[in-house]
Amino acid sequence: MLNNNTKWRSKIRFACVGAATAVAMLTLACGSGTSSSDKTATAGAGTKPATAAATSAATKAAGASPAATTGAGSAIPSNVGKADNAKLTGAGATFPNPLYTRWFSDYKSSIATNVEVNYQSIGSGGGIKQITEKTVDFGASDAPMSDDELAKASGIQHIPTTLGAVVITYNLDGVSAPLKLDGDTIAKIYLGKITKWNDPAIVSQNSGVSLPSADIAVVHRSDGSGTSFVFTDYLSNVSSDWKDGPGTSKNPQWPVGLGGQGNDGVTQQVKQNKNSIGYVELVFAKTNNLPTADIKAKSGDYVTPTTASTSLAASGVTIPADYRLSIVNSATKGAYPISSFTYILLYKNQSDATKGKALVDLLWWAIHDGQQTTTELNYSPLPADVVKLVEKTLTTDITSGGAPLLKAP
Amino acid sequence: MQVTETPARADFQRSPGLLSRIDPRENIFRGIVTLAALAVVLIIVLMIYELTHEAWPAITKFGPRFLWSTDWNPPKARFGALPFIAGTLITSLLALIFGTVIGVGASLFLVEFAPPWVRVPVSYMVELLAAIPSVVYGLWGVFVLGPWIQKTAGPFILDYFSWMPFVHGPALSVGILSAVLILTIMILPTIVAISRDVIAAVPRSQREGILALGATRWEMIRIAVLPYARSGVLGAAILGLARAIGETLAVALVIGNSTNVPDSIFSPAYTMASVIANQFREIENDTHEAALIYIGLLLLIITLIVNAIARALVWRVTRGQITTVIE
Repeated sequence: MLNNNTKWRSKIRFACVGAATAVAMLTLACGSGTSSSDKTATAGAGTKPATAAATSAATKAAGASPAATTGAGSAIPSNVGKADNAKLTGAGATFPNPLYTRWFSDYKSSIATNVEVNYQSIGSGGGIKQITEKTVDFGASDAPMSDDELAKASGIQHIPTTLGAVVITYNLDGVSAPLKLDGDTIAKIYLGKITKWNDPAIVSQNSGVSLPSADIAVVHRSDGSGTSFVFTDYLSNVSSDWKDGPGTSKNPQWPVGLGGQGNDGVTQQVKQNKNSIGYVELVFAKTNNLPTADIKAKSGDYVTPTTASTSLAASGVTIPADYRLSIVNSATKGAYPISSFTYILLYKNQSDATKGKALVDLLWWAIHDGQQTTTELNYSPLPADVVKLVEKTLTTDITSGGAPLLKAP
Repeated sequence: MQVTETPARADFQRSPGLLSRIDPRENIFRGIVTLAALAVVLIIVLMIYELTHEAWPAITKFGPRFLWSTDWNPPKARFGALPFIAGTLITSLLALIFGTVIGVGASLFLVEFAPPWVRVPVSYMVELLAAIPSVVYGLWGVFVLGPWIQKTAGPFILDYFSWMPFVHGPALSVGILSAVLILTIMILPTIVAISRDVIAAVPRSQREGILALGATRWEMIRIAVLPYARSGVLGAAILGLARAIGETLAVALVIGNSTNVPDSIFSPAYTMASVIANQFREIENDTHEAALIYIGLLLLIITLIVNAIARALVWRVTRGQITTVIE
C-alpha cells in the first residue's frame, strides 16, 4: 500500500508538470487554412496556355479589361531582376500564400535565378509584427495597418499585390439559382435580427425561390482572420447597427452563430448544418465549388462574385498614396461589393541596397507579369489604373541612401 | 512516510561529506541531479512570472472583473473571461463524471468479470485510445460524432428530455455535448488504465474473506474492493480532469467557438485553451494579447488548484490506511 501511495503522489506531481506544459503548448497551436491553400496551389499548377484561357474568359465575363494582363511583358525594364543576387525573407497573410509561393518560384526560374524568397504564412498580425521589428525584409497583410500600428513602424509603404473577395455561401435544400442578398439583410442575419429564411427581407429579393420557414444557422470564423476583417468592414459600411455594434475587426464579437476554424472549418459547418449561412474567401469557394450568393452592389445590381467583378471594385476609385483604403461597397458598375486589396509591406528607406533592389524588382514583376497568374489561381488581378499608381510608388518612393532603387522604364 | 526511513539513510543524506569521502564522483552526480530538480522548479516559476508579466496590462485594466464579465470584444478592447471559464469547467466536469462512471465500470469488468482472453485485448485497446493524437479525435468529432448528434442523438434527446433544465434546441453538429463526448473518450484511457491497476492491486485475501462470509459479487466489490481502491480511482479521475481542462485542438474543432455563455447542452461554447489557440495568431491590439495571456495564466492557476484539491483528497482518503499499514 505504501508503495502504491508513493506511486500516486508521483503520478499526480507528473500531472502538475504536464498541465503546465500544456499551457505553454497552447501558444504554439495554430489556425488552419494551410491545407486548403495547398490544394489551391496544386490545382492551379497548370501551364501558360491555361493561364491565357482563364484570363480571357474572366475578362469577357466582366465586359471590362482588368488591364494588368494586356501587354504586361513590355512594361518590364530590361534591367529588372536579372543581375539581382539576394535572399529575401517575408512573413504574413495566409490568404495570398498560394499565389506568392507560385510567384516567387516563377520569378526565380524565369527572371532572377539568384533571388530566393522565403515566405512564411504566419498570419497578417504576425507579418505586421515582424516587419515592425525588422526581422523580415517584407511583411504581408490582408488588412491595411492601423494608425497605431503605423506609429510604431514609421516609413512603411503598403503595396497592393492582388485582390480578394469574401463570398456568402449557404446550405439550403431545393435552392439551385444563386441566392440574392443585400448588405442590410446580411448584417441583420449576422446581428440575429433576421432569424428565419422566409423572412420578408430575404423573400422579397428572391422571387420564385421557395425558402423554408427554418431558423438560419449562422456560421462565422472562430480564428482571427483577414476574411472576417473584410466581411465586417463591408457590414459596417452598409449597416449603422453593425458599425455601432460589433464593428470592423479580425476578431469581432459575434452576436449570434457558431465558429469554424479557417475557411475549411466554416465550409464544414455550413455543409453539416442544414439552413446555414457562412462566409469564405472567393479563392476557397471557387476551388471547392461552393454555392455563392449574388450581392447587391451600390449601383443596385446583384453582382456574382468572380475574379473579374472583384478587380472592378478597385477600378475607378480614388486611391491614396499609402493605398490604405477600403474598397468594399464600391460604386463602380459591376463591382463585387465585398472586396479588398491584400498588401506587401516594406520600408520606404531600404537600408540594404542590394536586398532593396531585389525586392523592388520582384514587386515590379509581380504587378506586371505576375498578375497573369492571379486568375489561374482564382485571385483577382489589379486593375490597370492601380498598376500605374504602384509603378510610380516603386520608382519614386522606395529608396536606399536617398536614391530610388528602380528607374522608370 | 518519513517513518520508514532508517536512521542510517537519514545520516547519509544529511552529511554529503561522508559520501564525497567515499568517491568524489558522488559530488558530480549529486550536482547534476540537483540541477535537474531545480530546472523543473525554475520552469514553473519562470512560466508564472512571464505570464503574469505579459498579462499585467490586462490585469491592471480589468482586475477581478475579468473573471465574471461576459464581454469579449477585441476591436473595442473590452475583455471578460466568463464564457471561456464557464465553457472549460462545464465541459471538463461533465466529461469527468461520464469518464469516471464508464471508466470505473470498465475497470471493474476487466478485473472482476472478464476472462483472460477478453481482458488482454480489451486492455490493450483501451491503452491504444491514449495513443491517438487529439487532432484525430477532433476530426472524428467533426465528421462522425457531430452529424450523429445533429441528426440522431440530438432530436432524440430533445424529444424525450426537453423537460430537463439546460436541454433545449436546436441540436447543432457542434456544441457542449459534442465537446463533452469527445473529452470523455479522450480521458477514458487514463481513468481505465489507472483504475484497473488499482482495483487489481486489492489483495486477494480481502476478496476471498468477504466472499467466504457469503457476500455476492456486487457486495464484494462494494465492501472489499472499492473502499480499498478509492484513493487510486480518485487520482485517476483527477488526472483525467487535468487532461480535459488542458485539451485544446479537439475541443476547438467541436465546441462551436461562440463567446456567448452557454445555456443548453447543445449551445456552441468556447474553452480557455481554444480561444487562445484561435485568436493568438491574429491579435487585434495590445490589450487583446494581454487578455489572452491573462486567460493562459488563469488556466494555469485553475490547473494548479485542481491538482491541489486532488492531492488534498488523496491525502485525506489515504491517511487512515497508511497509519494502519505502518502500525
